[in-house]
Amino acid sequence: MKPPPFHYHDPRTLADAVELLSRLDNAKLLAGGQSLMPMLNMRFVLPDHVVDLNRVDGLSYIRESDGALAIGAMTRQRELEFSDLVRARLPLLHEAILQVGHRQTRNRGTIGGSLAHLDPAAELVSIAAAYDAVVTVTGPHGARDIAFAEFPAAYMTPAIEPHEILTAVRIPSWPQGHGHAFIEFSRRHGDFAIVSAAALLQADSAGRVARASLTLGGLGAAPVRMREVEHALIGEPPGDELFRNLCESCRSLEAVDDIHASAGYRQHLAAVLARRALVKAAERLAGGAAPRSVH
Amino acid sequence: MSKKVDIVLNINGRDYAVRVEPRRTLVDAIRDECGQTGTHIGCEHGVCGACTVILDDRAVRSCLMFAVQAAGKRIRTVEGLADGETLHPLQRAFIEHHGLQCGFCTPGFLMLATNVLEQRPDIDDEELLDVLASNLCRCTGYQNIIKAVRAAAAEMRGK
Amino acid sequence: MGDKRTISVTVNGARYEREVEVRLTLADFIRHHLGLTGTHLGCEHGVCGACTILLDGRSARSCLMLAVQADGHEILTVEGIAPSADKLHPLQEAFRDNHGLQCGFCTPGMLTTLLEFLRDNPDPTEQEVRIAISGNLCRCTGYQGIVDAALDAAKRLASSSSPGSGDPGWADEAVPT
Repeated sequence: MKPPPFHYHDPRTLADAVELLSRLDNAKLLAGGQSLMPMLNMRFVLPDHVVDLNRVDGLSYIRESDGALAIGAMTRQRELEFSDLVRARLPLLHEAILQVGHRQTRNRGTIGGSLAHLDPAAELVSIAAAYDAVVTVTGPHGARDIAFAEFPAAYMTPAIEPHEILTAVRIPSWPQGHGHAFIEFSRRHGDFAIVSAAALLQADSAGRVARASLTLGGLGAAPVRMREVEHALIGEPPGDELFRNLCESCRSLEAVDDIHASAGYRQHLAAVLARRALVKAAERLAGGAAPRSVH
Repeated sequence: MSKKVDIVLNINGRDYAVRVEPRRTLVDAIRDECGQTGTHIGCEHGVCGACTVILDDRAVRSCLMFAVQAAGKRIRTVEGLADGETLHPLQRAFIEHHGLQCGFCTPGFLMLATNVLEQRPDIDDEELLDVLASNLCRCTGYQNIIKAVRAAAAEMRGK
Repeated sequence: MGDKRTISVTVNGARYEREVEVRLTLADFIRHHLGLTGTHLGCEHGVCGACTILLDGRSARSCLMLAVQADGHEILTVEGIAPSADKLHPLQEAFRDNHGLQCGFCTPGMLTTLLEFLRDNPDPTEQEVRIAISGNLCRCTGYQGIVDAALDAAKRLASSSSPGSGDPGWADEAVPT
């Protein structure tokens, strides 16, 4: 199981990387390699060119500005896991990243790679949807932003043009005192989610829901934001019965049928996990700290 | 079911009064009636040696004997090798030389090796290998088992 | 035969310069070009962890890296864990004493993974150990012996008096975090 022959390029600047990509035919970008390398080893992809982004300057950072975290595409998942800034400002991301693969894969894997690869069950993809992240892609004509709701175009196909590189993602944080929860169902720890639920809740001074985000992953090609449930929650006091009733609508979501689970089982999981995520997020309103990661 | 008989099995110096059918194999009686499960069953037809015990100074395949045949005899199994907390030289050698992986064949090898080294401490290497060849191992490829037994033999001879 | 590049990689403290095909995986480079066959190939697609090495002190699946990506970097393989030819690292001793291996195939990956883990988490719980090795598969042991060995190693490393005694043999200074 060895990769097929290809030409290898390791640019040092983003400009060089963009130039290469615009010039070369049948090229693949190499980020963390945790998804592309297995495909190369098994010869599921046969690129003529591999453009390695690992030596490009300036694509790895976590910065706070204007109530959001700007994260460079080549930021390793490990950096996100141990970032105090992420833990403080994006506790949902912190909780989810502990479910992404394993220590060894997080040491190399990147956030940009995960988003661009767009595996239907990838936790980071769900989180980006939950937070209404904005992805920046850079091509020969400059940089442009894509709202995450528009980012998935089809199964494992993001709305990135062939000559564009995903260079950053901007994730707006929720105010202090908000509640968060990420729950996933998988056969083993570290596996892709069969179904996952991500919840964000904000309450007003009277304790009623002022804002809500509920995202289900693993059901289909892209994560699903339960916008009707989110709207129905606004103005209501958080409660198990309210959550249970509203989450029943998850059962009628379209779901994939495959070797991991039937569509019916996924729909069942969706309703259950969505409710549990809301319950947990409500418990965390105005306060509990996110659990610290084990190295 | 045929009529059961009462017998006493002496295992590692202790008497076990049991009631068994005549067709009950010795290994099943040792494991089930007497609760000594260190002796393993690998094939139940006398080729693997996992069931090896020492019966009155002879290594035998306990799957090929009836319990009633062992009444009144001295049976030694792997549970009787160590002296309290002190491991037998063979047991120490198996640890030292990684002479086991899954451990399934190990009791059989230990009893076989114990018997041959007690009976013939000065056995030469070629004969020793010939004796050990009567037991099967699926994990190790035998090299470390042989190393372990050779090392223990040297120690037991007083180097 | 494809494009080639000359790379310079430090492995277990020794620097190697070699010409390699650009598509050569790091695992194959280590095994075939350097003759360090302690790093094993179990799946070649990033799920079993038998190929785990430390890259600049961080565990990584060497079957999922290209050798050219390691140019200029430092690698630790299982061969570099023991402090000398006749002395084992406390982690290796713990594996031996707790029957933490049977066939030994997954063991190099377990050792490198646990080396990083115990360095960063000197006093782990059993559950934390299990999560730490969750990226390494073992078909023989059922993991209990490995977990016992890891917990035992943590105790040994904590009680050994000389500073840096937990570091791999070739590193005088602490492996970078």
